[in-house]
Amino acid sequence: MDTGVLLTQVFNGLSLFSILLLMALGLAIIFGLMGVINLAHGEFMMIGAYTTYVIEIFFSKYVNGAFSMYIFVALISSFFLTAFIGFLTEKTLIQHLYKRPLDTLLATWGLSLILQQSFRNIFGANNVNVDMPKWLIGSFAISQDFNLPYNRIFILLLAILCVGGITLFLFKTRWGLRIRAVTQNRNMSSALGINTRKVDSVAFALGSGLAGIAGSALTMIGSVGPSTGQNYIVDSFMVVILGGIKSLLGTILSAFTIGEIQSVAEFFSSSSMAKVITLVGIIILLQIRPKGLFSMRVRA
Amino acid sequence: MGSKGLSRRDFLKRTIGTGVGAMGLSLLSGGNWTKEVWAKEDVIKVGVLHSFSGTMAISEVSVANAELMAIEELNRNGGVLGKKIVPVIEDGASDWPTFAEKAKKLLLKDKVATVFGCWTSASRKAVLPVFERYNGLLWYPVQYEGMECSRNVFYTGAAPNQQIMPAVSWLLKNVGKKFYLLGSDYVFPRTANLIIKAQLKHEGGIMVAEEYVPLGHMEFSTIINKIKAKKPDVIFNTINGDSNVAFFKQLKNAGITADDIPVMSVSIAEDELRGIGGELVEGHLCAWNYFQSLDNPINKKFVENFKKKYGEHRVTDDPIEAGYIQVYLWAKAVEKAKTTDVDAVREAARGVEMDAPEGHVKIDPENQHLWKTPRIGKIRTDGQFDIIWDAKKPVKPDPFPAIVSNKVCNWLRYPKTGIGKRK
Repeated sequence: MDTGVLLTQVFNGLSLFSILLLMALGLAIIFGLMGVINLAHGEFMMIGAYTTYVIEIFFSKYVNGAFSMYIFVALISSFFLTAFIGFLTEKTLIQHLYKRPLDTLLATWGLSLILQQSFRNIFGANNVNVDMPKWLIGSFAISQDFNLPYNRIFILLLAILCVGGITLFLFKTRWGLRIRAVTQNRNMSSALGINTRKVDSVAFALGSGLAGIAGSALTMIGSVGPSTGQNYIVDSFMVVILGGIKSLLGTILSAFTIGEIQSVAEFFSSSSMAKVITLVGIIILLQIRPKGLFSMRVRA
Repeated sequence: MGSKGLSRRDFLKRTIGTGVGAMGLSLLSGGNWTKEVWAKEDVIKVGVLHSFSGTMAISEVSVANAELMAIEELNRNGGVLGKKIVPVIEDGASDWPTFAEKAKKLLLKDKVATVFGCWTSASRKAVLPVFERYNGLLWYPVQYEGMECSRNVFYTGAAPNQQIMPAVSWLLKNVGKKFYLLGSDYVFPRTANLIIKAQLKHEGGIMVAEEYVPLGHMEFSTIINKIKAKKPDVIFNTINGDSNVAFFKQLKNAGITADDIPVMSVSIAEDELRGIGGELVEGHLCAWNYFQSLDNPINKKFVENFKKKYGEHRVTDDPIEAGYIQVYLWAKAVEKAKTTDVDAVREAARGVEMDAPEGHVKIDPENQHLWKTPRIGKIRTDGQFDIIWDAKKPVKPDPFPAIVSNKVCNWLRYPKTGIGKRK
């Protein structure tokens, strides 16, 4: 086999890892840290994707000169808009359901249906097309058959940036400290004077915002349609569950494991078979480590 | 339930706009209201059964639009048999059991004269027993994998020998011998590839790989890498739905253009191209019987009316056109039979012809499929097609291609089951 093909495959694994990581990062906070089963996570990603679509259109119509830079504006607006919608969701819906996981499941599933149909009513039932900026089209050719697509390099860097940002936020800021305190022991934190309600809102908004960024970035790889979010939800949960609840490092490692298993298996068999092998792999891993790759021991 | 309520309201908007507002209202207030209003007038009720919500809404809403447009046009010209046609719209919701349930409702409760509907083969297979049991009539507007012969269905999309097989022959002659078969993992692509493989063997082509991806698959980097390693002359694409966007985006970014390896697709048309973006797919190929860019007066009128009705940004494509003409074909058969009785209409429909936007079409008297002209188009950056090949004249439909089956579908020779042995 050509070395080019082999090296490309190694890069594909890395790229899949970064995509999975980006998808799961928001969920790692909402589901992993806060324990909220948010079935509307995929639709939150689509809010980011549609925001990107609107901004792309805006740029191509009104500020065509700066079109190549629209993606940065889109990423930032996606983050804030989705975070805001997440914030509202938490305030109106999730807040009342913290101790009732099954109700949360149903409520967020309902929310995902409502969001899907809203996309359909606003943007139409068809997929919409988001043009990439020119500098992201094409690939960086190292040799004849080893080339790295620019958009995948971009997503890889974005994933690293997001993970770095989140780590700094959680471990170096006061809000991060509060979030960690509340996830470790809610009652104790509350007794110590932390406003847990507020912490919940911030954490949920942050997780939603990250979903928005993921959705925005994935417009470079996949489609943007009312029900596209459904394609992402299973993979996102898979990454977080395998990674272990309450562990960011676990999420990273789990995204890496799944990404590599999937792309290697797919190369030597087929996509459908790769999905099967990945799922079997996850089941075996969860048999050995029922709480995920990394699990934090907490007294709660 | 939330999604259903919304989609019905969505209907309401749409249908009022199309001048069949009464129908939309009846959806909200149940069937009784309609009965009272229409009881005074003598009308013909027909069913329109498509997915207006869920994943398939992306394709089916447009087809339903075209069917409603045809109904409206017929009504404007006096209806059929001097009666007004009233559509009863049902949402199959991209869910196959729902399709069966709604089909039953249309036939038993609404007692519709005929039904126009379905898109996926799975939904057609789900409603088939209902139509056969209660002797209903279904007009099905989408190209499909063949291997079916039902007394209760008229197939107005392409049979395999009118789309897939001519495309394979053309590729072998004009592009190359090495085929990479790539499809979604369900009944249509697998059956289509069965036919393609048999044809390649027969006509001297080589299959370098056969690969299926789950519906909704988004990650194509590995497959593209395999394509690079296998170096095929052409990729034959039977991927359905969203995954097409991901596939073409990633193919382009991996540096493979239509000049290197052209992709021949049979499940994406103008409507889907709107969501992919012409620049990504420029130069790739599609096989259909109808393209919006067809240059004839009937098509020009059709495209103009469709845009006038649903918006300048809308496009027409093969299934949309098939949805449109099947309403007319049914109306012609009814006029010929002088009744809407299902058995009489079916017999009258045999051999019915019309000049359609795609050219001359005729219902095959033997197998209830349509004579259609195979064509191949090359995608332009504006998402429209340059037609680079056509078969010149309509081809007789053959739902059971001889290279994979020894059966024939012929209701005239085998009136009991329709199916006999090929001689």
